[in-house]
Amino acid sequence: MYKYDEIDQQIVNERVEQYRDQTRRYLAKELTEDEFRPLRLQNGLYIQRQAPMLRIAVPYGMLSSKQLHKLADIAKKYDKGYGHFSTRQNLQLNWPKLEDTPDILAELATVEMHAIQTSGNCIRNITTDQFAGVAPDEIVDPRVLAEIIRQWSTFHPEFALLPRKFKIAVSGTKDDRAVVQMHDIGMEFFLDKNNKLAIKVWVGGGLGRTPILGTVIHEHLEWQHALTYCEAIIRIYNLHGRRDNAYKARIKILVKALGIDEFKRQVEAEWAHLKDAPNTITEAELARVSKHFEAMPYENLPAQDASFDAAISSNPAFATWVKRSIHAHKTPGYRAVTLSLKPHGSAPGDATSEQMHVVADLAEKYGFGELRVSHEQNLILADVKLSDLLTVWEKARAHGLATPNIGLLTDIICCPGGDFCSLANAKSIPIAVAIQQQFDNLDYLHDIGDIELNISGCMNACGHHHIGHIGILGVDKDGSEWYQVTIGGSQGNYASIGNVIGPSFSAEEMPSVVQKLIEVYIKERTAEERFIDTAKRLGIAPFKAHVYAEKNANKVEVTV
Amino acid sequence: MSNLIINDTLANDEWTLVRLPASQIADRKQAGKVVLFKLTGEKTVTEEQISGTAIPATGKIIVPLSVYIARKPELEQRLHANEVGIWVDTHELLEDLLNSVSNINSLPIIAVHVERFADGRIFSLGSLLRTRYGFKNELRAFGDVLRDQLFFLKRSGFSSYVIRADRSAQDALASLKDFSQPYQGAVDNPNPVFKRYNRTA
Repeated sequence: MYKYDEIDQQIVNERVEQYRDQTRRYLAKELTEDEFRPLRLQNGLYIQRQAPMLRIAVPYGMLSSKQLHKLADIAKKYDKGYGHFSTRQNLQLNWPKLEDTPDILAELATVEMHAIQTSGNCIRNITTDQFAGVAPDEIVDPRVLAEIIRQWSTFHPEFALLPRKFKIAVSGTKDDRAVVQMHDIGMEFFLDKNNKLAIKVWVGGGLGRTPILGTVIHEHLEWQHALTYCEAIIRIYNLHGRRDNAYKARIKILVKALGIDEFKRQVEAEWAHLKDAPNTITEAELARVSKHFEAMPYENLPAQDASFDAAISSNPAFATWVKRSIHAHKTPGYRAVTLSLKPHGSAPGDATSEQMHVVADLAEKYGFGELRVSHEQNLILADVKLSDLLTVWEKARAHGLATPNIGLLTDIICCPGGDFCSLANAKSIPIAVAIQQQFDNLDYLHDIGDIELNISGCMNACGHHHIGHIGILGVDKDGSEWYQVTIGGSQGNYASIGNVIGPSFSAEEMPSVVQKLIEVYIKERTAEERFIDTAKRLGIAPFKAHVYAEKNANKVEVTV
Repeated sequence: MSNLIINDTLANDEWTLVRLPASQIADRKQAGKVVLFKLTGEKTVTEEQISGTAIPATGKIIVPLSVYIARKPELEQRLHANEVGIWVDTHELLEDLLNSVSNINSLPIIAVHVERFADGRIFSLGSLLRTRYGFKNELRAFGDVLRDQLFFLKRSGFSSYVIRADRSAQDALASLKDFSQPYQGAVDNPNPVFKRYNRTA
């Protein structure tokens, strides 16, 4: 993974000092609440219901063992001994003290970490595929350009105060796992017919109040121009994006208002001036950064491992875990492993300090000292030998990190919701927990198969509810909490936005609503169909009919 | 002492700002909220405001773009004497400025007014004025200008800053040096760090 040189280190060190002074001025009342807000937000500090929340950047989800140990220590020392991994592959602390945040950042800087631009109206953490570098279907390792974009976007002076937040995702695989169509800018790397690295650029995607899938603005951009092309797009947005209404300020609204053709015309006209400017990426810089992402020193292993095969046949619990948690790897004899942060009955994406230390140790011993955070809020060891899998499983299981539910109904994507977040309309964690308890039967879960259930506590859609196969959105009606349900959303190359099935439900009704949606699927599915396939084939009608059947029946009784 | 910083030092302000008089048109009310915006939230300037703007007879003046465009003949002579600069608001179009002057460098100063700290359009305007339109003279930021914008303003091509009256310009000087080796190329130094520094690691 990328390691800092003296330039990188100096920038984070100077940031700590800058932020320390900003905090000092705020506490000394030299900065008002309103004036401090954009400054603290650009350092990931929210003021929440109970306490401030600090969002720590995990660039494109990559962590070293050393960094995770440090995060565990910080969570212990400055928080309540746990942290929350978010859908932007970052780590959030829910209970730090504002006065402590400069010290936390100083500690982070010692392990090449920071909280720069994890919030606020600026370019946010660049995200990508959690299997970058090891996925068999990978065409290009997206992390190299992700790192180059990260550096370029860090304190970019022209884009320091945009109309609204700005998210960039990069992907280097045929099957998109970075949800590029859901981002303000999505970059899909590919090798063109001359075998040269090129980029398909998407623009104007996003969730939130107005979910919109991105549109292709440039089919074939040579990699050297990645930064200048982004500059052209973001300059047009910075100058013309709305600033009068936060709900209409994302680039997607501008793209829609102008139409993609006119927006593209403006961007291309701007880019004509910026193309080949000094920010054009050089071969030398690409080579320098690429060195940080070279393949691990893998052993030469056979594709099969007898001890692994034996363990599978003799240990059904291990076999079940392997079925869900192990992913293919480029290198024979190796696998990527997902450690579940979704044990039934606790907040999805949360990890205790002890668990973080355990995972950091596992990564150290069995994964070349590196790991990743996925946007599904789990942790990944990307390079584990087949012969080590049983040991990894045993240790992970002993610490509640081996629930065999990856990609299943209880692997819920969930934002912190109304328990923590001051933006939320409704709680989301208790809904997730109640659904996990309703479906706390592994055989049943495995029979239901691949499904994605996403929960957001408000329109801001941190839980990506629009693209969940089942999406749940917390809404506020006259001061009480209700939940709107969508089905048919999906991520990937065929991304789609879910459709609302009907009037919203109370919290207590939610587990049985999900139960009923699953019943329709089980009844209607063909042998090969996943939930999403059945939902897309049939549309919402049969699901709606079954879910609301009882309610409608009750209504009839009342009127009769 | 004024609250003006030119380059990296405190300076006296030789320029007088010429302000538009307050608009006589009442703000329209809608659903109990004041509606001030067309698309991006700015008032438009009325004919009455332009004709009613009091321009001092002597001295160096910075006049609003709308006044400059409408009352150019009155100002022609003073422009030749290098006594007229233009005030641009962040929502105004640079094209209007460019169309109103034959040579942008005939203006001794362009002053960009930022109404709210969070309005980052000022950075793109600075960048465009310097790189696209080749403006070489004083480029000033004023309005809701606080020290935490200065590093970005400087990198976006600004050369002077009027710190908001209730804050210390002396204290603000330190923020011009927040970072010593920024990553990306910008107006003040077009080369990104990978072109100005041998990053061997």
